[in-house]
Amino acid sequence: MRRIISVLMENEAGALSRVIGLFAQRNYNIETLTVAPTEDETLSRLTMTTFAGDEQVEQITKHLNRLIEVVKLVDLTEGDHIERELMLIKLKASGAQRAEVKRTADIFRGQIIDVTQSAYTIQLTGTSEKLDAFLRAVPEASVLEVVRSGVSGLSRGEKVLST
Amino acid sequence: MLIRSLQDEGVEYVFGYPGGAVLHIYDALFKQNQIQHVLVRHEQAATHMADGYARATGKPGVVFVTSGPGATNAITGIATAYMDSIPMVVVSGQVQSHLIGTDSFQETDMVGISRPIVKHSFLVKSAPDIPETIKKAFYIATSGRPGPVVVDVPKDITNPTDLFDYAYPETVAMRSYSPATRGHTGQIKKAIKLLTDCERPMIYTGGGVVQGDASDQLTRLARLLGFPVTNTLMGLGAYPGTDQQFLGMLGMHGTFEANNAMHHCDLLLAIGARFDDRVTNTVSKFCPYARIIHVDIDPASISKTVNADVPIVGPVDVVLEEMIRLLQPEVEARSAEQTARLADWWEQIEGWRQQECLKVLRDEDDPKIKPQEAVQALYKATDGRAYVTSDVGQHQMFAALYYPFDESRKWINSGGLGTMGFGLPAAMGVQMAFPEEMVVCVTGEGSIQMNIQELSTCSQYGLPVKIINLNNQSLGMVKQWQDMQYEGRHSHSYMDSLPDFISLVESYGHVGFRIESRDDLLPTLEEAMSIRNKLVFVDIMVDPSEHVYPMHVAPNGSMRDMWLRKGVRT
Repeated sequence: MRRIISVLMENEAGALSRVIGLFAQRNYNIETLTVAPTEDETLSRLTMTTFAGDEQVEQITKHLNRLIEVVKLVDLTEGDHIERELMLIKLKASGAQRAEVKRTADIFRGQIIDVTQSAYTIQLTGTSEKLDAFLRAVPEASVLEVVRSGVSGLSRGEKVLST
Repeated sequence: MLIRSLQDEGVEYVFGYPGGAVLHIYDALFKQNQIQHVLVRHEQAATHMADGYARATGKPGVVFVTSGPGATNAITGIATAYMDSIPMVVVSGQVQSHLIGTDSFQETDMVGISRPIVKHSFLVKSAPDIPETIKKAFYIATSGRPGPVVVDVPKDITNPTDLFDYAYPETVAMRSYSPATRGHTGQIKKAIKLLTDCERPMIYTGGGVVQGDASDQLTRLARLLGFPVTNTLMGLGAYPGTDQQFLGMLGMHGTFEANNAMHHCDLLLAIGARFDDRVTNTVSKFCPYARIIHVDIDPASISKTVNADVPIVGPVDVVLEEMIRLLQPEVEARSAEQTARLADWWEQIEGWRQQECLKVLRDEDDPKIKPQEAVQALYKATDGRAYVTSDVGQHQMFAALYYPFDESRKWINSGGLGTMGFGLPAAMGVQMAFPEEMVVCVTGEGSIQMNIQELSTCSQYGLPVKIINLNNQSLGMVKQWQDMQYEGRHSHSYMDSLPDFISLVESYGHVGFRIESRDDLLPTLEEAMSIRNKLVFVDIMVDPSEHVYPMHVAPNGSMRDMWLRKGVRT
């Protein structure tokens, strides 16, 4: 099952390598990973998605908690949550294709953020499924380059992850 | 500043080896006399010495190594300590800050290379950070589930010409690290209910009881309840080995009675143990009838391989003390029926004991010394009171099975990592801590050669360690597996070109004895033990064909499936 694990940790050199190292060492997979400092610059927020069963995710969270620099963590998929991912995609756009690409981007509420005579770069945000759907909606041959941020997420409602 | 921090931390001994990146530190060491430095011959031995010191005393072991090869040589010892949860602080030198990342001379990324085998590590960025970093390192190494901590110090950080105000912090608080200080009351009550309402209980304890100094609580709890007890390889001594309630070690080479009692029990109280694969045999067949209570300081150890019905996270001494308090009235109120059920269980266990699985089987005409007899003779020669360290292999199992330990911290071996070469330096660390005590290293001719250079360190510091070399001229445990699983093809498990150990130790100024006859076993060992001020190496020529039994049947066996002797299984 797909899990989103959100980790609040000390914003220190080496902290990230410990998290990554743990996954490699214990043979857990990482699907996506995103990390940046929070409003409190001494803390970083790391979000990762992984595929794991109940028992494995329990082990993952316990082992993450055991890392000295990890302050708190939550498995967002345990409760209601919001998740978003950002994708930048560069598409061939010339002749008749140009209008078609623009229309598809509009349907997905994407924004064209860079234009040349033969290409558009589109910015899209949404759940990972939505980004996947967009990729399916445009002709494969027109895709020049794709970059995705990985998933970020928060719990719904008043629940917060804080120190 | 670093040395003052260690002094303020109360460090007595540092085990280490100097080099370029730690020259400033060694110069500071030279100018003081509070901390004694022990100069080893190889950095791996420094970590094992610190480890042995820590296991025997409960205090953290401290190591100094230089950058590059000094640091990498220490890795095996750090991994050994990590696997057995031993508190240790390793200060490694690093090249100057501005050279980091340039592949400079003797540079290695110590923080990176040690990352999977440390509890935590620090790269010190500036000199004023040293006192707080050292304080944190010791706090992390010794609290919660203990473990090794690496402090990597670039050379420029210890430059004596840079002066700073020094203040050693009294305490450190870390928002991201707060080990449990007591068990959950509700969970403990659930455990009490199970402990009162069971028919075939079993207490299974590991290294956590030793490291958590809960031997006293365990003994009182077990006696109060009258339940059978087994210890893991790491937990031996936590419950008196000669006590009637003790069923011996469990696991791959555990006793018939301990493994059977585990298999048939309906309630398992696991304390400071981690359901290691060398204990459980096939996990899916482990304790099929038991509900499991698991007490451990480390939440990540609970339900890792075997699911716990009642998990209790907390320091074992505190949790057991609470259990004893709550169980007292329950035990007093035991019904006749409950008492009878427990007696029935004991009757069943006594039946298993009749198997006498540790009886040494021998042909009276065979003159060869059995390694088991050698350990039994050692037990007699030391009155069962010695600190015993071991290396890894058959001799380790023979020592664990045939030398019962009545006290915690007296049996010192590398259980988790299984590091050959651990025994001698570990014994040296113990001897440093307790100069007056009898310290014995039980080893084999394979293991001893992995750190034999430390015989020189023993001369330098006058360490009167007693080395008992069970010499079967082969890598016995490897050979045993080859006999049992590879149709006797002894691929590279022989030991050719052995040195004359007697001449070798004599060249270092030590004493050497060789025992080749059974009649000489006890007298020579007694003589060796009577030499109090010298290292004595006793080379015992033992039967090379001997195997360690019992032994779990694998793969796919349960705990009760064992080989009892050659060709005989349950």
